[in-house]
Amino acid sequence: MSSIGTGYDLSASQFSPDGRVFQVEYAQKAVENSGTAIGIRGKDGVVFGVEKLITSKLYEKGDNKRILNVDRHVGAAFAGLNADARHLVERARDEASSYRHSYGDPIPLRHLTERVAGYVHAHTLYSSVRPFGVSMILGSMEQDGPQMYLIDPSGVSWGYHGCAVGKAKQNAKTEIEKLKIKEIKGWFLGVAARPSRQPHIKVI
Amino acid sequence: MATVNMMTSGFSPAMAVPQMHGMGFEGMDTEVSTGTTIMATEFDGGVIIGADSRTTTGAYIANRVTDKLTKVTDYIYCCRSGSAADTQAVADIVKYHNDFHRMEMGEQPLVKTVAHMFKQLCYDYRDQLTAGIIVAGWDKRNGGQVYSIPISGMLQKMPFCTGGSGSTYIYGFVDSQFKPKMTKEESLQFVSKAVSLAINRDGSSGGIIRLAAISKDGVERFTLTGDQLPKFYEDS
Amino acid sequence: MATPSMFGLNPGAFWSGGPAPGQYYNFPGSQATTGQNAVQRTLSPVVTGTSVLGIQFEGGVIIAADMLGSYGSLARFRDCPRLLKVNDTTVLGAAGDYADFQYLTNVIEQQVIDEECLNDGFGYTPKSLHCWLTRVLYNRRSQFNPLWNTYIVAGLEEEKPFLGYVDKIGMAYEAPSLACGFGAYLALPIIRDAMEKNPTMTQEEAVSLIDRCMKLLYYRDARSLNKYQIAIITKAGVDLRGPIKADTNWEVAHMIK
Repeated sequence: MSSIGTGYDLSASQFSPDGRVFQVEYAQKAVENSGTAIGIRGKDGVVFGVEKLITSKLYEKGDNKRILNVDRHVGAAFAGLNADARHLVERARDEASSYRHSYGDPIPLRHLTERVAGYVHAHTLYSSVRPFGVSMILGSMEQDGPQMYLIDPSGVSWGYHGCAVGKAKQNAKTEIEKLKIKEIKGWFLGVAARPSRQPHIKVI
Repeated sequence: MATVNMMTSGFSPAMAVPQMHGMGFEGMDTEVSTGTTIMATEFDGGVIIGADSRTTTGAYIANRVTDKLTKVTDYIYCCRSGSAADTQAVADIVKYHNDFHRMEMGEQPLVKTVAHMFKQLCYDYRDQLTAGIIVAGWDKRNGGQVYSIPISGMLQKMPFCTGGSGSTYIYGFVDSQFKPKMTKEESLQFVSKAVSLAINRDGSSGGIIRLAAISKDGVERFTLTGDQLPKFYEDS
Repeated sequence: MATPSMFGLNPGAFWSGGPAPGQYYNFPGSQATTGQNAVQRTLSPVVTGTSVLGIQFEGGVIIAADMLGSYGSLARFRDCPRLLKVNDTTVLGAAGDYADFQYLTNVIEQQVIDEECLNDGFGYTPKSLHCWLTRVLYNRRSQFNPLWNTYIVAGLEEEKPFLGYVDKIGMAYEAPSLACGFGAYLALPIIRDAMEKNPTMTQEEAVSLIDRCMKLLYYRDARSLNKYQIAIITKAGVDLRGPIKADTNWEVAHMIK
């Protein structure tokens, strides 16, 4: 980060001389600081797991969820800024509903991902907006089986069998890679791949 | 106020009232509108669609060799009845949206999806449109399918379906002759006979019979002219 | 649609183009008249469904409708379900224009999905759906563009049976037994009579009463079909049955001399 402070990191609409968009990289940093979220696609389903740090006993149970519904067949887990993520999930819900209205069918996740990623990407092009500090994992159960995609703050998306984002993503990925992911049923995967059992981690 | 009534899926009780015109031939001052026989049926592996070829303005035949089987994609066609202008416009709009959708999705659309798009337009503009459409085609997921979208813009999947003013004369025939899982040849016979019978009794249907078979191999078109039309007792 | 004036049968205005009250000039074509400006709305239903019946019994509700989509007197579509399961406590039955019912079905299903996404344990109840329907239907009729349906909402509201009625102008009420269309004339008197004699009906008794009424409607309603669905809503959830075909009896035919 030697280029910090040279003036090229103030806007998403300007490249640095060595070809980087710092605002987007900072957004990715926001994701890396967040609690871990993992997603695993098995033969018959997708399982999400998120680490939720309870920082005060005074909070009500079940608030600030990090796994949300998008449509009947689509769910999302995320790492990063909660408020940004909620906005993004709302956008995903609108896209899913608009597709259903136009074509009378549930939206294929590949397509939903494209639309949401396009929206995220649009926020990396202008000086008047801030990129999303969120990486979102989208999972679905479709006629052709389970699907899973990850969208990062740059608006890039990839399809995955297993993925992890957030603070402990490296550890989680190492664990996931040990599994014969394409053969195991989804539900068992979710339990087996829980990254650690430290007492302060609550898997909801 | 003359409109060209190419085809109509619909008759309504109001239309049953004979329309008297002030002067000249019937049809000189009417819309090109509704009078047609269209039909579609599922068979083992695809669908057969068929239609007569008459387009009328009142009693005048504006076109005697019309093609009412309109392509939407390589595997999906629609049969149009009602106002020629309305149904052509609707088909064009659906084709446009669908081409875009196909590019976006990177694969051939489902028949159901196309039918849904037709329905959405027909329902949203039901007070402005006179359009009775049958959507039929083949897709990888569900094979051959037939969907009916009558005047009001409802959508119904059916094993086979008829439409247009001529359809009313052949309900008895089709209900007695249809069997599920007919072969392609049997289905072509079934549709030809039905449309031919309708042509014989419906003044607003006539000309030749246009047919198409749609399956995983794409579309095969057939045209039955003159003495190729199925014959019945009166014709021999 | 053909109107008499299209064919010049009606004379035009007796006095046109001259001064009219409140203005100096009114040249033809210089101003759109109300008639030309008007948008034509749905003036009649096209593909229609006939009666829907609903009755409450001890601990639940039953709702029934046949599967015919009529096109005038033509029995055009014979596989049209007219009962919509909204959730485990609510069922909607519709009579009237089938396209309008399909439209409303799509709207409701999307709202149910939106509601499920929130995952807060709340969802439509029969009462809330009924109330919402009164607003939608009344709003549409106020725009002179009604949804041409009669709806009957059946379900369990806080474990108590609920039956509600709304029609195309937004007129609404609740009652222990409901019917619309021909059912209101033919079935409802029988249902009321049966319920008066047996105020604590069991589920079985209620089902057989409904079956009896659907058969009667098949005998006497020229827009009905002997193929119907029933939905029974109890604490156990929604039991949607059908298509059911009633056994008919034509023995009276032989008594005609």
